[in-house]
Amino acid sequence: MRFSIYRFDPDADASPYMKDYDLALEAGDMMLLDALILIKAQDDSLSLRKSCREGVCGSDAMNINGKNGLACITPLSSLKEPIELRPLPGLPVIRDLVVDMEPFFKQYRSIKPYLINNDPPPETERLQSPQERAELDGLYECILCACCTTSCPSFWWNPDKFVGPAGLLQAWRFIADTRDQATSERLDDLEDPYRLFRCHGIMNCVDACPKGLNPTEAIGKIKGMMVRRTV
Amino acid sequence: MGAHYGIMGWLVQRISAAIMALFILLFLAVLLDHHPLSYDIWKTLLSQLWLRIGMQLFLIGLFLHAWVGMRDILMDYVHATGIRLLLQVLVLVSLSAYAIWSVRIIWEN
Repeated sequence: MRFSIYRFDPDADASPYMKDYDLALEAGDMMLLDALILIKAQDDSLSLRKSCREGVCGSDAMNINGKNGLACITPLSSLKEPIELRPLPGLPVIRDLVVDMEPFFKQYRSIKPYLINNDPPPETERLQSPQERAELDGLYECILCACCTTSCPSFWWNPDKFVGPAGLLQAWRFIADTRDQATSERLDDLEDPYRLFRCHGIMNCVDACPKGLNPTEAIGKIKGMMVRRTV
Repeated sequence: MGAHYGIMGWLVQRISAAIMALFILLFLAVLLDHHPLSYDIWKTLLSQLWLRIGMQLFLIGLFLHAWVGMRDILMDYVHATGIRLLLQVLVLVSLSAYAIWSVRIIWEN
């Protein structure tokens, strides 16, 4: 099986280049990450992030044949050769497939991704009804792998101003939470022309999300809530 | 906390689109109804008040829609604040001029 992998070591290389690797693999249900680990055994200068190897930690997000995804849950059999692997687009490359996630996490932190509730903490948990809890389905599952945000052209053009799909999905996760008391502050924070409204609804995020989540829908719900309180 | 006009631009874009879509359908129906068109028919059509109002609303919708769209494009791609402001002013001035011109064209006779 032939792989073409983006290589860049800022200490040694003047510019990035693609390097080919060949692996003799038996047909099976191997995941892309398994192949990458075999390639790294051949050439230990190849850098990549990985951890849980089962689509839960979000470390091995990369651009696979032009589409962002997690190497650990992408079956090799689903990929056309040569398999072209590049780092996530729109973030600074640290080395090879490893990117600097700071611009992504900076936007994530900016939406205050935690429950804001100023009531004195009760003796027991703050309870929700099953219906209230169901509002968080499709939101809490996000693993912050950045596949969606780095597939979004609006984030490429304005990474310092546009929150991006992952951050906005989480913003809605806390707006939708009945235990959270900061709804209007959260909406205020997103109501400028950049933070939310650079989203033009092209749905690259939905296409990229390896967990099958729908940031565009969450963004639509935030907009709907803003309309209801504005008109 | 940022400026609070993001939602207004977004709403204006959608409402103006709806107004334009409605008028286009209506106007197409009127045109089909008067087919084949001649200068005289065209003149009689446009002497009717409701059609003039409709056309003016369509054009106001068009200019507002174009303003939000152009502003969006400039915000996406032009990152130097001075140049973006200059281009936005140019767009705004041209669209305002078109709007005034359209009033003259529609209501002159």
